Amino acid sequence: MSAAPVKAPAGDRGDAMNTEGPFIRVDHLTKVYSLGKSARLGLPGRRSQAKGFTAVDDVSFDVKRGQIFVIMGLSGSGKSTIIRMLNRLIDASDGSITVDGRDVRSLPPAQLRAYRNQTINMVFQHFGLFPHKSLIDNVAFGLKVRGVDRATREAKAAEALTLVGLGDRIHAMPDQLSGGMKQRVGLARALATDAEILLMDEPFSALDPLIRKDMQELLVKLQRNFKKTIVFVTHDLNEAMYLGDRIMVMKQGRNVQTGTALDLLEAPADPYIEEFVAEVDRSKVLTAGMISKDPDPGMAAAAPGVPARSGHDAVRVSEATVLTELLPLLAAGTERVEVVDEHGTPVGHVTAETVLAALAPKEYSHAL
Amino acid sequence: MRFNIGDWFASVIDWMLANVGWFFDGVAWLVSQIVGAVEIVLIGLHPFLIIALLAGAALALTRSLGLTLFSAAAFAVIVAMGLWVESMSTLAVVLVSVMFSLAIGIPLGIWAALNNTVSAVVRPVLDLMQAMPVFVYLIPAVFFFGVGMVPGIAATIVFAVPPAVRLTELGIRKLDLELLEAAMAFGAKKGLILKDVQLPLAFSSIMAGVNQVIMLALSMVVVAGLVGAGGLGGVVVQGVAQLDTARGFEGGLAVVILAVYLDRVTSGARSLGDVLRSRRAKKEQRAAAATAPVAAAAG
Ligand SMILES: Nc1ncnc2c1ncn2[C@@H]1O[C@H](COP(=O)(O)OP(=O)(O)OP(=O)(O)O)[C@@H](O)[C@H]1O
Ligand SMILES: [Mg+2]
Repeated sequence: MSAAPVKAPAGDRGDAMNTEGPFIRVDHLTKVYSLGKSARLGLPGRRSQAKGFTAVDDVSFDVKRGQIFVIMGLSGSGKSTIIRMLNRLIDASDGSITVDGRDVRSLPPAQLRAYRNQTINMVFQHFGLFPHKSLIDNVAFGLKVRGVDRATREAKAAEALTLVGLGDRIHAMPDQLSGGMKQRVGLARALATDAEILLMDEPFSALDPLIRKDMQELLVKLQRNFKKTIVFVTHDLNEAMYLGDRIMVMKQGRNVQTGTALDLLEAPADPYIEEFVAEVDRSKVLTAGMISKDPDPGMAAAAPGVPARSGHDAVRVSEATVLTELLPLLAAGTERVEVVDEHGTPVGHVTAETVLAALAPKEYSHAL
Repeated sequence: MRFNIGDWFASVIDWMLANVGWFFDGVAWLVSQIVGAVEIVLIGLHPFLIIALLAGAALALTRSLGLTLFSAAAFAVIVAMGLWVESMSTLAVVLVSVMFSLAIGIPLGIWAALNNTVSAVVRPVLDLMQAMPVFVYLIPAVFFFGVGMVPGIAATIVFAVPPAVRLTELGIRKLDLELLEAAMAFGAKKGLILKDVQLPLAFSSIMAGVNQVIMLALSMVVVAGLVGAGGLGGVVVQGVAQLDTARGFEGGLAVVILAVYLDRVTSGARSLGDVLRSRRAKKEQRAAAATAPVAAAAG
């Protein structure tokens, strides 16, 4: 498709990221399902006026480029409805959706198809693989829709399958795969089109816990390379905190709180979230980056990559290290652990005290 | 006071006969030409050649050796009974009726699957067509097309279209919503979704419809014999009229042979997609196994 809008190559996004406005911006989004169906199903009448059933009620949020934004909430809280309004599988009743400056709700049909094909792809809870197509044909589907010739799209699809570790099974059929493998294909299909946004509606919920962990790690690994903008739906707070740069908690169609994992842990906005948070294993979701204090002046001055204070035995960990992994270091008597980002630039430090304070649930720290 | 629906229906038929009779004459001529052409092939070629072709078709569509041998033997029995020509003429009528029924039924089924209004309109009409006793169509069909095989074909089509429509619509509608969403989420156009996702996944349901259409068409054969359609129906009707049990039974047996053959072949073809797919998958597995050591070394 030569008429495709030219996208900035991935490399150009770089540091402009922080200064530009939100990539996805959702304002006062509302969805009212027409009552007929839900009334017959006998659904609980939540604000079910004569007009219909309000599944999403005045929700606003925004997502920066390259972020993982998690929408989390119990069953029926409207998560799937929101994510489907972003690519217009469901049409919103009210409010606005802007993606990269474009008003999504007013796209005419042809532009909507181009938007879905090139900008925003989706990964499904039950994988949504076409059972009559081989893995490579499944993964190449988006490119086929785009009109890319067979050789090019198959090369691209094979590459995407290799990325998710299925490079040697490209001609297999979906029903020959386990659940985890199927979702790898689902992921590859969304990667193959180079769309910048991934919508993931409970992509790992149908998998058993170990496989689910694998998939979360795979997603984090891929995300490090691709810097997609991901909207991820889950009802599992551990998953939300592990993956989410920011988390929006939904309750009965409303946005109850939006913030980082640490925000939710430290300052839950209402008892509903407090209840959720009580279930979380802090040592596994909090990372060194989240709790680190200002970088040491001496460290910060050092050029990135150059070992600072050579001779001094500074212990370094990456931002993404979870607290459980810090405990052995601290137990071994390390007083101070330097925290560095992915380029090796120091971002702060943690001590035994900060780690223990972060692990202590809020009420206990108040009691002190 | 009686409300004379029957009279009203009859006067509509009369009006049509008087005013658009030429149209029905044309249709009758065209259909008999088509059936004639098919008959020439089926009867004109040597029976053994036709038997070989029919058995070959069974092998190709079902991949079952048992069915292939059975059909060769069963058709040989028909030849031995001296009913070959009648059987082939019946087969020609069935094939043409089925072709017309599918040409009407499948597109209508697709349309009904994609459009709720069409579906709502079509459904009661199909109920009516299917529930009405077949003789009711046969009477006006004879008025329109005269006696012979054409009214038989016309009645057969009315009778056999409903399952083609219904099973096509059902096959498309029962598609997993998530697959439809997946296709739409990648920006596919409606036409591509139909061709690439909905129809292939509805294939086995559509083939079930084809199978039912064929069986209904065959069940009409004897009925059509009553209006002079000839073929095996004629044989059976003749046997009954002359109280010739032997002849009637032979005609019936030939109908059964045709029915079993067509049923097994089309229901076998139903799963052909799956068979080919799993074959491809197995081949792929073998290929993967062969290259696995290489991949391991490279990775
Ligand atoms: N087509 C529809 N018509 C009427 N009501 C609907 C429709 N789809 C969803 N709903 C209702 O809207 C509410 C939100 O649904 P949604 O699927 O967005 O929830 P969810 O948060 O994704 O839940 P889950 O975790 O179960 O997937 C639910 O109460 C649901 O019953
Ligand atoms: Mg959902």
